[in-house]
Amino acid sequence: MRSKHSIILIAAAIFLTLFAFGCKKEAPPPPPPPPPPPPEAPAPTVSITAEPSSIERGKAARLTWSSTNAASAEMNQGIGAVATSGNREVFPTRSTEYTITVKNADGKSASASATVTVRAPPPPPPPPPPKPDLSEAFSDAGIADALFDYDKSDLRPDAQNVLRSNGTAIKALLEDYPEAAFLLEGHCDERGTTEYNLALGDRRATAAMEFLVNLGVPASKLSKVSLGEERPVCTDEDESCYQRNRRAHLRLR
Amino acid sequence: MRDHWMRAVALVAAIACPSAAQQQPDAVIVLSDEQRDPRIALPEIRGPIGSAHAVDQFNDEVWKALEASGRLDIVPRSFYPRSAPRKPEDIQVDTKRMPKDPGARGLWLGGWADTPVVARYLVYGQIDDVDGRLALQGYVADVSQESVEASYIFGKRYYSEANAAGARGMAFDFARDILKNLGLGEGLAGTRIYYVHRDEGDDRKEIWAMDYDGRNKQRITNYRSLCLTPAISPDGKRIAFTTFVEGVPEIYVHSLETGRRLQFYNQDASLNTTPSFSPDNSAIYFASSASGRSQIYRADPDGGNLRRVSYSRALDVHPSVNPKTGAQIAFVSGASGMPQVYLMDSEGANRRRISGGGGDAVQPAWDPSGERLAFAWTRGYELGNYNIFLVDVASQRYTQLTHSRGRNDHPSFSPSGTHIVFASDRMGSTQIWSMRADGTQLRQLTSRGVNESPVWATR
Repeated sequence: MRSKHSIILIAAAIFLTLFAFGCKKEAPPPPPPPPPPPPEAPAPTVSITAEPSSIERGKAARLTWSSTNAASAEMNQGIGAVATSGNREVFPTRSTEYTITVKNADGKSASASATVTVRAPPPPPPPPPPKPDLSEAFSDAGIADALFDYDKSDLRPDAQNVLRSNGTAIKALLEDYPEAAFLLEGHCDERGTTEYNLALGDRRATAAMEFLVNLGVPASKLSKVSLGEERPVCTDEDESCYQRNRRAHLRLR
Repeated sequence: MRDHWMRAVALVAAIACPSAAQQQPDAVIVLSDEQRDPRIALPEIRGPIGSAHAVDQFNDEVWKALEASGRLDIVPRSFYPRSAPRKPEDIQVDTKRMPKDPGARGLWLGGWADTPVVARYLVYGQIDDVDGRLALQGYVADVSQESVEASYIFGKRYYSEANAAGARGMAFDFARDILKNLGLGEGLAGTRIYYVHRDEGDDRKEIWAMDYDGRNKQRITNYRSLCLTPAISPDGKRIAFTTFVEGVPEIYVHSLETGRRLQFYNQDASLNTTPSFSPDNSAIYFASSASGRSQIYRADPDGGNLRRVSYSRALDVHPSVNPKTGAQIAFVSGASGMPQVYLMDSEGANRRRISGGGGDAVQPAWDPSGERLAFAWTRGYELGNYNIFLVDVASQRYTQLTHSRGRNDHPSFSPSGTHIVFASDRMGSTQIWSMRADGTQLRQLTSRGVNESPVWATR
């Protein structure tokens, strides 16, 4: 016990002695500390979002990204260099993952991705129940040819019946299709001649047209042409074919 | 002279067999076939050896053009003496010195007048090379005469390029002059026939033209539409026709010199058709339905100064202006039922029917003298089976020219009046045929596609 106290006392005395000398005399400056290593650049960070993240094909999504500690930024999908923070619209045609990669000054990089999901556009809305096409309506209207005797343009009773029925049909058509207009063609069988049949076909078209106008079909909706013997519906050399060709034919203009 | 002769034959035939003369007029013509035409000798005309091909072409075309005229009987060359004169001075007149050998008598008029040639006329001459072109000095002699002077009918100088086309043209000119100087009309060489052509399986129709012999076919219109009823102005410079290019049938007029469309105002109507030129080219007559039915109208060549000419309650269509007087219009009317041929004067007065009723009588076409009309008639046949008839306007006597079961229609006279071109389906499809105006010497001119509505023009 006693020896321990002695050691402490001796040490203290030495210390105090040294201390006393130390106060009286300047010590030389210590050598400068080695310079600190340059501070290490902080690691970059990046984040990216797509809004909306799901689009219809043909629509746009907006990519928005931000980064810290980034010196440059690059986007894949062929977009290339971009600002380190920013946004842009993209129009992917199929679901696409956009990846942005940022680098700090040291070349340390960080990446973030956002996916834009592309949906097929919805089928068009079902059309409203359609009004049939005019030509379809016309061909369903029961229009028939008014037939004539050889070399005649007067309307036989059967031709008058056909024209009455035609007239009713086209008046009804005109209610649904006010834009419709009609052409009366006068035709002849091949036994006449080119020249006389042009005149005869014209007269047949005129006779049919006048009859329809008398039934109340507006004249402004009708026009006429003679095709003589130039456009037969058949070419057999018999009366049934000749009869089919001697006609006033109604068609859409 | 020829007409006198034919009338004499017809008279004899009529006395011998009156009913046959009425109904079978061309049987009368067959009787006269042997002696009808003057005999002509046409030895080859010699030319420079360097142009042998063109000279051959020339001789060939002269022969064909004279043959086609239908007015001459050309003696075959195998009957000719071995040589022929080349100029009038070559002709020998001393008959005592004429050799006994017929083959050696070529320089004597008698060598051509006597057996075996027995010609009335001799064509001779010579072709020379003049600065690379061909120069023809051509002559015609009446070999029935005794002296060179009396035998001389005409001589003329012609020039052409030394190629086949030039030689053909020079041959046409020479042949025309031979016929003219013999009082046989103008012949056919150099004339053109216009017609409506349609390809098989196509429903479009265009106007085409060809030479009198069917060669040099050429398309005139290219509307890819229906082009119908061609008519040529008498001066040969314009064509009028009906076309559906704009929907309804209307009349277009083209220049045949430039090929361009000329102005023609169509009045507002669903139908303007069947144009016909007046002989002085100053007016076009046509049919129009402006009044509600087809009637005859007259207008200036550009369609101006329009005037209605016919007033009937029937269809009047297809006017044809008398090419001699311009004062008469033949046309087709349904005024008496089935269509018939009518006449009226150019102001519409004095309407009268010229065809005899019965069947369809249509498509009147004047002969150049303005005295006769050819037309198509179904008389004696079923509807649609037309034959070509001829009517003398003054006497109203008919002659039937074709006797075919099928359809023979749309006659048109050659400018010489000697021939008629028409359409016929006698061989199946409808094609263009020509014949002499008496119904003989039928010749088919087209064979491809369907061809109809021919009109014969001066050029």
